[in-house]
Amino acid sequence: MDRGPAITGKSIPRIDGPLKVRGQAKYAAEYEVPDLLHAAIVSASIAKGRVISIDSADAKSFPGVVAVLTHQNRPWFWPFSFLYKDPAGPPGQPFRPLYNDRVHFSGQPVALVVGDTYEAARDAAALVRVSYHREQHSTDLAAEVSRAYKSPRRRLGLAPTPQPTGDADRAFSEAPVKVEATYTTAAENHHPMELFATTVEWGDKTVTVYDKTQSPKSVEIFLKVAFRLFRRKVRVVSSFVGGAFGLGLRPQQSVFLAVLAAKALKRSIRLVIPRDQMFALGYRANSIQTVSLGADKNGHLLAVRHRAIAATSRNEDAQDPMLNFSASLYRCHNVKLAYELAKLDTVSPCDMRAPGAATGMFALECAMDELAYATNVDPLVLRLANYTERDQSENRPFSSKALRECYAQGAERFGWAKRSHAPRSMRKGKELVGWGMATGVWEAAMSPVPARAKVRLLADGRFEVTSSITDIGTGTYTILTQIAADALEASIERVVVKLGDSALPFNPIQGGSWTAATSGSAVQAACNKLKKKILSRAKQAGIVGNGQSTELLSPAALADLLRLSDHDNLSATATIINFPFGKKYTGATHSAVFAEVRIDEELAVVRVTRLVCAVAAGRILNPATARSQIIGASVMGIGKALYEDAATDHNLGRCMAHSFADYHIPSNADVYEIEVLFAEETDDKVSPIGVKGVGEIGSVAVAPAIANAIFHATGQRIRDLPITIDRLARSRD
Amino acid sequence: MRRFEYLRVASINQAIERLSDEPGAKLLAGGTNLVDLMKYDVATPTTIIDINDLPLREISETSDGGLRIGALATNSDVAFHPVVENRYPLLASAILAGASAQLRNVATVAGNLLQRTRCSYFYDVMTPCNKRTPGTGCPARNGLNRNHAILGASQDCVATHPSDMCVALAAIGTMIIVQGPNGARSISLADFHRLPGDTPEQDTTLQNNEIILGIELTPAPEFQRYSYLKIRDRLSYAFALVSAAALLTIDDGVISTAHVALGGVAHKPWRDTAAEVVLVGRPASRGNFDQFASMLLLRSDALSENGFKIELARRTVVRALEQAASRTPQSQSDKHIH
Amino acid sequence: MEARSNTAVGVTLTINGVERNASIEPCVTLLDLLREEFHLTGTKKGCDHGQCGACTVLVNGTRINSCLVLAVSRNGSEITTIEGIGTPDELHPLQEAFVRHDALQCGYCTPGQICSAIGLISEGRAKTRDEIREAMSGNLCRCGAYIGIVDAIEEVMAAPKRKTVP
Repeated sequence: MDRGPAITGKSIPRIDGPLKVRGQAKYAAEYEVPDLLHAAIVSASIAKGRVISIDSADAKSFPGVVAVLTHQNRPWFWPFSFLYKDPAGPPGQPFRPLYNDRVHFSGQPVALVVGDTYEAARDAAALVRVSYHREQHSTDLAAEVSRAYKSPRRRLGLAPTPQPTGDADRAFSEAPVKVEATYTTAAENHHPMELFATTVEWGDKTVTVYDKTQSPKSVEIFLKVAFRLFRRKVRVVSSFVGGAFGLGLRPQQSVFLAVLAAKALKRSIRLVIPRDQMFALGYRANSIQTVSLGADKNGHLLAVRHRAIAATSRNEDAQDPMLNFSASLYRCHNVKLAYELAKLDTVSPCDMRAPGAATGMFALECAMDELAYATNVDPLVLRLANYTERDQSENRPFSSKALRECYAQGAERFGWAKRSHAPRSMRKGKELVGWGMATGVWEAAMSPVPARAKVRLLADGRFEVTSSITDIGTGTYTILTQIAADALEASIERVVVKLGDSALPFNPIQGGSWTAATSGSAVQAACNKLKKKILSRAKQAGIVGNGQSTELLSPAALADLLRLSDHDNLSATATIINFPFGKKYTGATHSAVFAEVRIDEELAVVRVTRLVCAVAAGRILNPATARSQIIGASVMGIGKALYEDAATDHNLGRCMAHSFADYHIPSNADVYEIEVLFAEETDDKVSPIGVKGVGEIGSVAVAPAIANAIFHATGQRIRDLPITIDRLARSRD
Repeated sequence: MRRFEYLRVASINQAIERLSDEPGAKLLAGGTNLVDLMKYDVATPTTIIDINDLPLREISETSDGGLRIGALATNSDVAFHPVVENRYPLLASAILAGASAQLRNVATVAGNLLQRTRCSYFYDVMTPCNKRTPGTGCPARNGLNRNHAILGASQDCVATHPSDMCVALAAIGTMIIVQGPNGARSISLADFHRLPGDTPEQDTTLQNNEIILGIELTPAPEFQRYSYLKIRDRLSYAFALVSAAALLTIDDGVISTAHVALGGVAHKPWRDTAAEVVLVGRPASRGNFDQFASMLLLRSDALSENGFKIELARRTVVRALEQAASRTPQSQSDKHIH
Repeated sequence: MEARSNTAVGVTLTINGVERNASIEPCVTLLDLLREEFHLTGTKKGCDHGQCGACTVLVNGTRINSCLVLAVSRNGSEITTIEGIGTPDELHPLQEAFVRHDALQCGYCTPGQICSAIGLISEGRAKTRDEIREAMSGNLCRCGAYIGIVDAIEEVMAAPKRKTVP
């Protein structure tokens, strides 16, 4: 016996931890490739117009420069934009760098300089002179509100915004208590710590692309089609991804340009996108939202209206589930939602952790807090009063919903009962203390695309699990190891997991919190298959032991089996097709977040001194890595609430917060206590392994909980994110 | 980065000679600001004169009870020097409020004095900027100016000086010792940094061919009360929206000296000695601090987005003075503001 | 364009105890020298401007941002990178503690965090949790692993028999 009880559900240390703490995990820009060239992007300084001319003479004569590629001399690629579609892309025409002379957004690549050293490429790029014909641009969402529209085309895989129920307008106008307010959220940048990068190893038969992506498979398919690489084998490797948070869901400009240059020059190329160009890769759409809540005197909801206008680019209708939870989170029979877009001269917005939900729920959950004060009902009591056991927007039950337990356990841990309801009623020294809370929700879904996994018995008796899925820091290596170890009744040391390689069995994009459920189910199915195979082979070979599967899967028994049979055949592949609970249930993860802020009364300096996050996310495969996911998402939530603003100069049409000195993400000093609780939730419907996923849920409720705590502390209702010192000061003075 | 020649000099005179011969040459000390600016193509020196071998690291007490700090002493050297910790805790505190431990381990006193603005337009060569490229205009004036100057700005430039250390030096009273082809001279810190006027490309009164040898701090009275209070957008590793350095001596409840400097509000550390006089001889009370702070900000002027900084600066000064008076200086690690 | 000569200069550095030579242009930073020339990619590039700390290494025992240092200006220095800390068989106590406290997710900022923490411990100034948090604020982590990072450092600092750090 080399193992005890189930390994899944245990906090085993991150499998890739030892590699990462030694700096041995290799990221996209870190592969050694012979005869490597380096590339650097020249980006547009205007937001809209045309490139009139590009003077690259100085750059070309710069020592070490090999080529300067522009829309004029780039190699051929398809003129049809539909051939550049990717599974995560919204409706519209995907942006293609260096396609023609049009400038669609500030920061757009207009030339690529290739040199034999990184420094040559970088420094020559600064010598490329581009002249433009400027056109009138618009980057200000507020100025485009009158042109907002409902997108006629829905993004693939995105559930529609729920249809109206009842008569929300009438119910609102007749409601005894009404709150109605407009909220705004700033554009945010993902800013993973690893810069976007691609290393292309160009060969006659094989093109190996080391890329920072959340989907090696979709990058592989994209490259094959876009660059007609059908005669070559294209392999995309992303063994380690230094964070992505959604920015790696689509084939990025880096991989497009690096492969374009490699094809043009028939050389291996590395392209690293510097931090100050990363703002032009994608952003969380900024929004303007109006929420109207009608309620009876006790706070029971009679009407919910929620309208959101979100930014998108000229070329695509970026969409996310911004309002998809506004009809189903609370019990209410009169709901009316409107999700609209407004076109700006920017790069397309791109899913960012808890896309849509983190934005829409900020407005809804702040409005709920406003309702709590309008009805003089405790914010938690208000939510319980409107609790729903059914998804009323789809008129079906939830596959499971332990939100009530989240409320109870979170409140208990936080000490919510000791809260005094009145704003400005709690203080400590010169600081006002505020306690606020909010509810979070995210869909719990399997990927709509099938996932595969292969498991193989190795000659040394270990099992090798392979899947093309990535681990972007989420803990995928670890949980897949745990799942396989349990299925094969082996210790974790006997399981080797290989991921992040398009040559490995197909898996969809890593996103939407569906990886654990989808890829995990595939791994489990493959392992179960292999186990059956081994047991029957053992029987055939006359290996009986004590008849227990554990003994037959032990290293000793497997050694016997390997001696007696061909181990090459001892592998199994399984495919998981979206678990068919279809229309019968709604799958959702929930959270209740309680926040404490301390705010210097005079100086308006805010500190988020405590967060308690109670999460219901089905079966938790690894409490340690799941906890880290929730803590990390909460830290991002602190950033969203207080700091993050991809501030754009609308005169120039350019995001000016393009360094970490201007775009503040939380630092170590900004993070005090964050406690995570997982409410028990058993769910045999949501996925074959009972898992719901924890990647997004942690990000949803933190910003509104903090905003509500700030109101409780100060009596100031700031409806615009981020809640910076100037906003607090302006609302006070 | 523009290509440059690299020259490591062994003597001060060699550095001065090269500076005199080549207007495009620049001195490299810690490099935390210069290399940063070179990477953005904002600084484009033709030659880098590495002065790290020059004997300018020493920190020593002067005969009159002041302190002389070599130009190449790092921020960490200074902040953790026993004499600084004991007699100039305001300076130590201000230094520790800035940047990160890694940067402070490299950044030098001279480099900090010459630190350039962090205005995001100045840093972005794709945008106009009078400070970077004179005559191109100032987009901040009608653009994103939330963290720009409220005092002493000009039509051409609304940038602020980003240093924390210099704010403390302004309050303490500091002479900058420089040497040029014609010998050494001292410049008081108040005269070292300049207001932008119509030549915002010039940050200081240092001549092109002069090198900073070090600084001399005014002798510090014992038991001085102090506080450095920095308000910023996140709790660490961010430049100030507003900061205040306060130094007080109080005898029997009555203020005998008051030195106050503001950071993050102007093209230079902001100090108004005329206003300070009103505090002298008066009780260390909130009312007096309020009155002083209002005087200090009398000539402040807001742009479209930074009006909040005027009131914030006023309150920050009052609080820093209160902290100083009560001998509870602001901790730079405990973010609670007492 | 100014036609200035980009004469390569010789640099000798002792990296993780091994003397290494390179002939480089003066514009090459220590970070790029480590990553591109010596393939010591454990030192990370997160911003290239001293604003994130991912490139933190120890130069003569002191933690610095390698992205803002011209390699030529550190000629003759002793550099310790993450590759010089711990071995596969015996992790450095901080590395061990980082794994145990799950003080990392994507792992990209991790080498910088660990080098920074080693510098912090040898500086010997940060004692309380608040002081550690402040002294580690030059190392950003977008995955938000700060709590684990501080837990790991606190534990190593409190350990009675601390192994010597490089």
